Amino acid sequence: MTDHNSSTDLTPRAGANLPERFSDPGHAPHKLRRADVDPAANKRAERQVVFLFALSVIGTIGFLVAYVMVPPGETVASMRLSNLLLGLGLFLGMFGIGAAAVHWAKTLMNDRERTEERHTLISSEETRNAAVQELKDGVEDSGIARRGVLKGAMVSALALAPLSIAVPLIGEVGEDWDISKFKHTIWRKGTRLASDPSGRPIRAAEVTMGSAFHVIPEDLDEQEHPLDEKAKAIVLMVRMDPRDLKEAPDREGWSYEGIVAYSKVCTHVGCPVALYEQQTHHLLCPCHQSTFDLADGARVVFGPANRPLPQLPITIDDEGYLVAQSDFHEPIGPSYWERLK
Amino acid sequence: MTTTIERGAAAGADYLDQRTGVGAAVKGFARKIFPDHWSFLLGEVALYSFVVLLISGVFLTLFFVPSMAETHYEGPWAAMNGVEMSEAFASTLRLSFEVRGGLLMRQIHHWAALIFMASIVTHMMRVFFTGAFRKPRELNWLVGFVLMILGLLAGFSGYSLPDDVLSGNGLRITDGVVRSIPILGSYLSYFIFGGEFPGQDLIPRLFTVHVLLVPALILALIVVHLLMVVIHKHTQYPGSGRTDKNVVGFPLFPVYVAKAGGFFFVVFGIIALMGATMTINPVWNYGPYDPSPVSAGAQPDWYMLFLEGALRLMPGQGMEWGIGDYTLSLNVLIPAVVVPGILFSLLALYPFVEAFVTGDRKEHHVLDRPRNRPFRTAFGVAVLTAFLVLVVAGSNDLVAAHFYMSLNDLIRVFRVLFFVGPVLAFVITKRICLSLQRKDRELVLHGHETGRIVRFAHGEYIEVHKPLDQHERWLRVGYEPERPLEIAGPVDSRGVRRKGYRVDKFRQRVSKAFFEDRIEPVTPAELAAAHSHGAHDQLDAGHAPTPTRELEGTATGGGRTLAEPADGSAPDARNR
Amino acid sequence: MKALAARRHHRSAPVVLLLLALLVTGGLYAALAPSPAGAAEASESDIEVGSDLFAANCATCHGMNAEGTQDAPSLIGVGAASVDFQVGTGRMPMENNGPQALAKPPQFDDDQVAALAAYVASLGPGPEIPTQEQVDPAQGDPANGMQLFRTNCAMCHNAVGAGGALSEGKFAPALWDSSPKVIYEAMVTGPQAMPVFNNANITPEEKRDIISYVTAQREGSPGGAQLGSLGPVTEGLWAWIVGIGLLIACSVWIGAKSS
Repeated sequence: MTDHNSSTDLTPRAGANLPERFSDPGHAPHKLRRADVDPAANKRAERQVVFLFALSVIGTIGFLVAYVMVPPGETVASMRLSNLLLGLGLFLGMFGIGAAAVHWAKTLMNDRERTEERHTLISSEETRNAAVQELKDGVEDSGIARRGVLKGAMVSALALAPLSIAVPLIGEVGEDWDISKFKHTIWRKGTRLASDPSGRPIRAAEVTMGSAFHVIPEDLDEQEHPLDEKAKAIVLMVRMDPRDLKEAPDREGWSYEGIVAYSKVCTHVGCPVALYEQQTHHLLCPCHQSTFDLADGARVVFGPANRPLPQLPITIDDEGYLVAQSDFHEPIGPSYWERLK
Repeated sequence: MTTTIERGAAAGADYLDQRTGVGAAVKGFARKIFPDHWSFLLGEVALYSFVVLLISGVFLTLFFVPSMAETHYEGPWAAMNGVEMSEAFASTLRLSFEVRGGLLMRQIHHWAALIFMASIVTHMMRVFFTGAFRKPRELNWLVGFVLMILGLLAGFSGYSLPDDVLSGNGLRITDGVVRSIPILGSYLSYFIFGGEFPGQDLIPRLFTVHVLLVPALILALIVVHLLMVVIHKHTQYPGSGRTDKNVVGFPLFPVYVAKAGGFFFVVFGIIALMGATMTINPVWNYGPYDPSPVSAGAQPDWYMLFLEGALRLMPGQGMEWGIGDYTLSLNVLIPAVVVPGILFSLLALYPFVEAFVTGDRKEHHVLDRPRNRPFRTAFGVAVLTAFLVLVVAGSNDLVAAHFYMSLNDLIRVFRVLFFVGPVLAFVITKRICLSLQRKDRELVLHGHETGRIVRFAHGEYIEVHKPLDQHERWLRVGYEPERPLEIAGPVDSRGVRRKGYRVDKFRQRVSKAFFEDRIEPVTPAELAAAHSHGAHDQLDAGHAPTPTRELEGTATGGGRTLAEPADGSAPDARNR
Repeated sequence: MKALAARRHHRSAPVVLLLLALLVTGGLYAALAPSPAGAAEASESDIEVGSDLFAANCATCHGMNAEGTQDAPSLIGVGAASVDFQVGTGRMPMENNGPQALAKPPQFDDDQVAALAAYVASLGPGPEIPTQEQVDPAQGDPANGMQLFRTNCAMCHNAVGAGGALSEGKFAPALWDSSPKVIYEAMVTGPQAMPVFNNANITPEEKRDIISYVTAQREGSPGGAQLGSLGPVTEGLWAWIVGIGLLIACSVWIGAKSS
C-alpha cells in the first residue's frame, strides 16, 4: 500500500486544464507484415498459396478417382470406404481453395486499414416533406377523399377475396374432420390378442410370470389403414403374481389370473410406453419418463403424464387364447379438448 | 497494353452497363469498407451452411421419394431384406447404400443443418452480447429471430422426411402436443396429418414445407437481413479511430471477396469432412416408422432439445383440468407452448425493452465490450442457462445411463435448477463483469506490471509499471456506462401534473435496478492523480458526473514514480 | 556352512534372505492353505461340486437350499441358463447393494460356473443353457431379428444395443460385448428388471434371429465413426465441439492479422 505522507507532492494536477474525458487518439500506426518487408517471405507466402490451390486440385482428382474406382458395394466396410474417400476428396477440394484464398488475403493483399464515413440514415427534412407531399398529391388525385362508401366497398372486397383460396386450402386438408374416431379402436369383444409384429395369437398358458408381450389385434392386417389403426390399438400385456395385483372394484374381471393388458400409447403425448421393469411392475416411457404402475391400474407414479393408461379388459376364449372383452372404456392416448364428451 | 482478358471484361461491362446502368452499383459497392473481426464470421457460417444445405438438398431431392405408399425393400442392407416400408424410407436407404456419394450427401446435409442452427445461435449471442441490436438494427434483430424460427421448422420437417421410427415418434409427440391445444387442437391434428395419425399425407406435405415453403421464406429473409447490413453498414468493435460516424476496415474487393469467399469453401470443406468421417442419422438402424417400436435415447435434433427437456421436467399430477366436458392439459401446454413462448419472447423483445429502460434514442455503430454492459450480459447468460438446463434435461436418460445416475433424481434436480440456475448465473455474471471493469480501471491507472523489481538505495523495493499507450487506454476508457435514467419532475413549469410521469417513474425505477451498480471509466484527472502517488482522494467533487452513487475502482499498491516509457522502448518480457 | 557364514555380511545377503523367506512362506502357504471350495477332486459329480460352491458363495443371500431369503429371490426353477448368465457375466455374487447387480469380472472359472448351473438346475426344471447351434448368428435372419428387436428390446437397450436408462438408477446395459449365448440366456431368463421372453413369446429360432441382428451391429456404420450410436444428442454435441469448434478456430485464423 502506498503511503501518502512521504512527500508533499500531493498537489492535484487534476484541475481545470485537464479534459473531463479521454478522447479518441486516432488510428494506431500500421504494422508491416513480413511479406511486405522481406521479398523472400513474400515469395514464400505466394508458394504457400499455390500449394494450397494444388492441394485442392489433388483433392478433387482424388474424389473423381474414388467415385469411379470405389463403389459403395455390398458390405458395410466397402460403403464406409467409399463414403470416406469421396468425403475426404471433397474436403480437400473445398478447403484447399478456401485456405488458399484466405492465406492470400492475409499475407499478400494490401492490408492497410481504410476509413469511410457513415451517412445518417434519416432522410433530409426536405426529402421527407417532398415524400409526404407526393403521397398527399396521390391521394388527392385518386379522389378517394370523402368517399366513404367507396373505401368501404374496396376494403370489403379485398378482405373477402382471399377466402376463395383459404377455404378450400384449409377445408380439404383435414380429410373428413371426424374427430370422433379418436374415441374408438378396432378392439372388439372376442378379438384375439396377437403378437406384434408376427400376428400370432397368444394363449394364456404361454404368458408366464414376468413376461411382457407386445400385442396387436389379430385382425390388424385386414384393416384399410393398418398403421392408423395400429397407432391406437397397440397393447402391452404382462403377467404378475395375482397377489401383487390391486384391482379396482369396477375393473374386476378385466384381468386373467395375473395377466393384465394396457394400452401402449402414453397418455402424455403419445409415445409407445414400453419399458417394463419386471420386478417393480413399473412401466416407463422413454420419451419423457412418465412411469405407470401396472400392478395398480397403471396409475402415474412419476413424470409428466396425468392419467393412467387405459386398460383393455381381457379373458380367454374356449381354445385358451386370450381375447378382448370389448374396446377400451375411454379414448386411448394423449388428452385432447373433447376427450370427455 | 491491355490483355485479352481485360478487353473482354471491358466489353462485357460495357454491354451490361448500357442495359442496366450497373456502373453506379459497382462504383459504390466494389470497394465498400467492412470492418474486420473473427466474430463477424459467425453469421457467415450460418449463411454458408445454408448454401451447403441448398446444394446438398438439391442432390437429395433427385433421389428421395416423398411418398408413404408401401413397398418392400430389396437391396444390399441385410437387416432390411423384404421388410415392408414406405417409399420415403426405401428411397432413403437406396440413397444411402446404392447411390455413389449418396450417403455422403445425406450426411453433409444433416451435419450442415446442425451447424446452421448452431451458428445461428452463436451469431445471435455475438450480436446480443455486443449490443449490435440497438438502433438502427432492431428490425434486423427481429428478421434474424424469425430466421432462427424458420431454421427450427426447416430442421424439424427435414429430419422427419425419411419416415423412420425416431422421427416418427417425434411426429407422434407433435400430434400429442397439437391435440392438447384447447378448442382447435383436435382439428389442427386432422389438418396437419390429413386425418388420423399417421395417415398418408404427412410426408408429402412435409416435403413441400421443407423444400419449397421454408427455404423460400429463409432466402427472402436472408436477402432482407443482408440488405439491411449493407444499408446500415456493419458495426465495428471499439478501438482507436473507430467512431459512430465511420467504418474502419478493408475494401470488399479484393480482401473480403477473398476472405469471405474463401470462408465459404472452408465451411463447405469442414462440413464435408464431418460427413466423410462421422455417422449421422443412421435411419437403417431405426427402421421404417411403425407406431409400436421406440428406442431408448429418443430425442430430436439438438436444436429441439429445449422443448424435449421442458416436456420431461414438467410434473404431471394435478395438471389436467376439466372444464365441464372439456379437458385442458396444462402438463403439455405449459412446457410446449408457454415456456418456449416466454423464453423466445424475452429474446425477440429484448432490444425494445432495453431501449425503453435506457431511453436511448441514439444510433449505435460501435459495439460494446460485454463487460461494460453488466446487466445485459448477465441477462443473456441467465437466459442461456435456462436453455442449457432444458437441453441437458432433454438428454437426461443418456446422462443417467452413461454416468450411472438415477433418472428420477436427475429430473428432480433439473426441476429446481431450471429456476435457480438462471438466477445464480445472472448474479455471478454481473459480478464478473463488474470485476473485469475494475480490472480495466486498474490497468489504466497503474499500467502493466513489467516484472522488473527495482531496489532503491534507501532499501525500498518497487515493481516497475509500464503505462498503457494511448491506443490501449482508449479501448478501456472509451465507453459510456449505462446510468439510471434522469427524468423530469412530476409537475411542469406551471405546476400542472405532467402526463406520462407515472410511466417515467416506472422507467426510472427499473433503470435504477438495472444500472445502479456500474463502473465509470477512468478520466484524465484520475489518471493524473494516480501518477502522483495514487492520491485519488484529491479529486474535485465536480469531476464525478453522475447524479447517484458510483462504485470506485480500488487501486492497490505498486507503480509509483518509476514508470516505464510508454513508447515501449524499455525491455519487456510480455508479448504484446 | 562356514562359507555361508563367512558371507553373512555380504551386500546382497539381505536380498537373498528376503527371497528365501518369501519362497518358504509361499511354499508353506501353497501346501497348507485351505483350498477354495472349488478345489474339486475328479471323482465328485458336478452337482455336488456345485452344491459346495453354492453353500460357500451363494447361500448367505439365497438360502441354504436356494429357497430364497429377504435379501434374494428363490432359485428353484430358474434353470441352468440363469446361473450361467448371472455367474458367467460376473453379476453374481453381487458385490454391493445398488439399484441393480453390475457385470464385473467373473469370480468363477467355466468349470465352476457349469457346476453351479448343474446344481441349481437339479433343484427344479427351468431354462437350459442353449446349444452352440441355437445361438449361431450365421444361421439367423437379421431382418427378422431387427423387426423383433425393435419391438421387444430397443426401448430399453437402444436401437442397436448401445444401452439405455431405466428408472431409479437402473439401466439396460449395452450389448456390444455380450456373447450370443449370454444374449440368449438373458432373453429366456429375464434377469432383474428385464422381462422374461419365454420360447412361446420369442421362439428359439426368433431368438437366434435377434442374436444375428445384434452381432451384425458390431460391423460398424457405413457413415464412419458411430459416435456411440446414441442418437441426435451425441450428434449435436459433436456438431458443436468438432463443427463449431473447427469453424471458430478457422474464423479466428481468418480474422487475425498476419505477422
